Amino acid sequence: MKSRAKGKGKGKGKGKGKGHALTENNLIFAHPASLRDVENHYCAGCGHGIVHRLICEAVDEFGIREKTIGVAPVGCAVLAYDYWDFDVTEAAHGRTPAVATGIKRVRPDNIVFTYQGDGDLAAIGTAEIIHTANRGENITVIFVNNGVYGMTGGQMAPTTLAGQKTATTIYGRSLKRDGYPIKILEMLAVLPGAKYLERVAVNSAHEVLRAKRAIKNAFKMQIDNKGFSMVEVLSMCPTYWEMTSIQAAKRINDEVATFYPLGVIKSC
Amino acid sequence: MAHKILMCGNEACGEGAILAGCTFYAGYPITPQNELTAYIAKRMLETGGVFIQAESELAAINMVFGASVAGARAMTSSSSPGISLKQEGISYLAACELPCVIVNMQRGGPGLGNIAPSQADYFQAVKGGGHGDYKLIVFAPSSAQELLEFTYLAFELADKYRNPTFILGDGLLGQMMEPVQIRYTNDDIRTTKKEWALTGCKGRKPNVIKSLLLGEGELERHNQKLQEKYSSIKKIEQRAEAFYIKDSDIVVTAYGSVARIARSAMKKARAKGIRVGMIRPITLWPFPDRLFKETADRTEKFLVVEMSAGQMVEDVKLAVGGRTDVEFYGRMGGAIPTEEEILEKIESII
Repeated sequence: MKSRAKGKGKGKGKGKGKGHALTENNLIFAHPASLRDVENHYCAGCGHGIVHRLICEAVDEFGIREKTIGVAPVGCAVLAYDYWDFDVTEAAHGRTPAVATGIKRVRPDNIVFTYQGDGDLAAIGTAEIIHTANRGENITVIFVNNGVYGMTGGQMAPTTLAGQKTATTIYGRSLKRDGYPIKILEMLAVLPGAKYLERVAVNSAHEVLRAKRAIKNAFKMQIDNKGFSMVEVLSMCPTYWEMTSIQAAKRINDEVATFYPLGVIKSC
Repeated sequence: MAHKILMCGNEACGEGAILAGCTFYAGYPITPQNELTAYIAKRMLETGGVFIQAESELAAINMVFGASVAGARAMTSSSSPGISLKQEGISYLAACELPCVIVNMQRGGPGLGNIAPSQADYFQAVKGGGHGDYKLIVFAPSSAQELLEFTYLAFELADKYRNPTFILGDGLLGQMMEPVQIRYTNDDIRTTKKEWALTGCKGRKPNVIKSLLLGEGELERHNQKLQEKYSSIKKIEQRAEAFYIKDSDIVVTAYGSVARIARSAMKKARAKGIRVGMIRPITLWPFPDRLFKETADRTEKFLVVEMSAGQMVEDVKLAVGGRTDVEFYGRMGGAIPTEEEILEKIESII
């Protein structure tokens, strides 16, 4: 999609579509204003691009682009700041929620979210995510779980399923040797500080719509000052699952979502 | 009106931060800097600032990163083992050119060591304890008064240069009670407009703060820019205090709490007719090498005294460039050198 028709969000961008007969009236699908019109570096069939877009759609629809501050992780999404058209900072690996805490505490009127992968959030940043949720920080966390370290070459992640082959579990993840896949949302659900926790997927149009609703719900929690909200997105990594994009999308239904149940884990 | 309060060094450091307009502090308990955390927790309640007791030093330094990114004057403090944990964050702060103040009330090491005063983290502070080529502006206060004043100044220089600054104290300085004069008011604060800060992109293009530079030559250019900044800091910000250097055969060199002991030893030696002078570096980085170079031509010998196995002594040797002998006396593992020991050492090398 090369042409950039601005979203139908409030305010900015109205009537700025270049060389198109598109108007607000006939526009049913547009490039979100908050998503830069650039090529991304993600592999074919990867879910990150979809999740980036859903965040931008939510930001546009709430009209909060000018007060949103994103915190980008270390991992496949490390370059997220090249794609989002609002203020973004990098964070050291796993420290993402700590950085977001610092930002939100000094700028409580801004909308602050972290974007983290399973290595960033569920391995090296486990302490940070637990304590940020436990303090009830009024931030939103978007957790993309594809069960593998993509950026570094497909090593085992804390969320890798039992038996799954990765660069560091060549015969499959052994529960005895490598431990169990972690269900982070279920762990966080016991913390009173965590107010909204939902797990979604982005492997079909139907699931993408549900994912968008969840992401909007999570941002709404923050806008309403209700406290810590987090959406876990089950996402595809065809490259390191060594599958076609279609097989990877199917695997989410067949194997991943059967272990990591979709739906609202907690809402209060 | 300036008034005096009896407070410990850790509290004076905290008050310096509050006076400088620090509105964000995150830290994790560790001895011997706990008075600072407790003091600033109380003062943030009074001033409407943010205090967070973090889950770890890692989280604390990264919360400071976030607060700094968002434009606040931010601070963290710890003691040696905790400062080791903060090194990752310090490297990112320096790389992203984010101002903040980091305090290390050093204790004996390596490892868990003990909780007695030490100066064994000099290398870590001045040479860069984290990864990559970076520098922090490092202050070495030697009293509660200076802890207040240098912390205040550290915030100003951090903003001026968009660089983390560092207060290198020790457990003795942190816990010793002394009268402190409060000289500043909030009206004195010199603020810098932070156009780079993340505040939401209303009315401007989005700001991005990052240290990942993958483009061809991009990271080298960024490093060159950092080094240029460090060169100008080196020219402008060298600070030291000197005594009798124009009338000395031996120049004793010490910083922080040891400088006070060394100064007493110097006085005793002079009373005995030994021509002893002294240089006390106030900034450890930039190291006051100009003063050392000038002094090297006038004196016979330097004696460096530290609570370490010999760390600052290497910078003194570099500064004097072999023109003068440089002797060393050190105590380790939390032991404090006495006036008598230093005097004895002076007499043995004269």
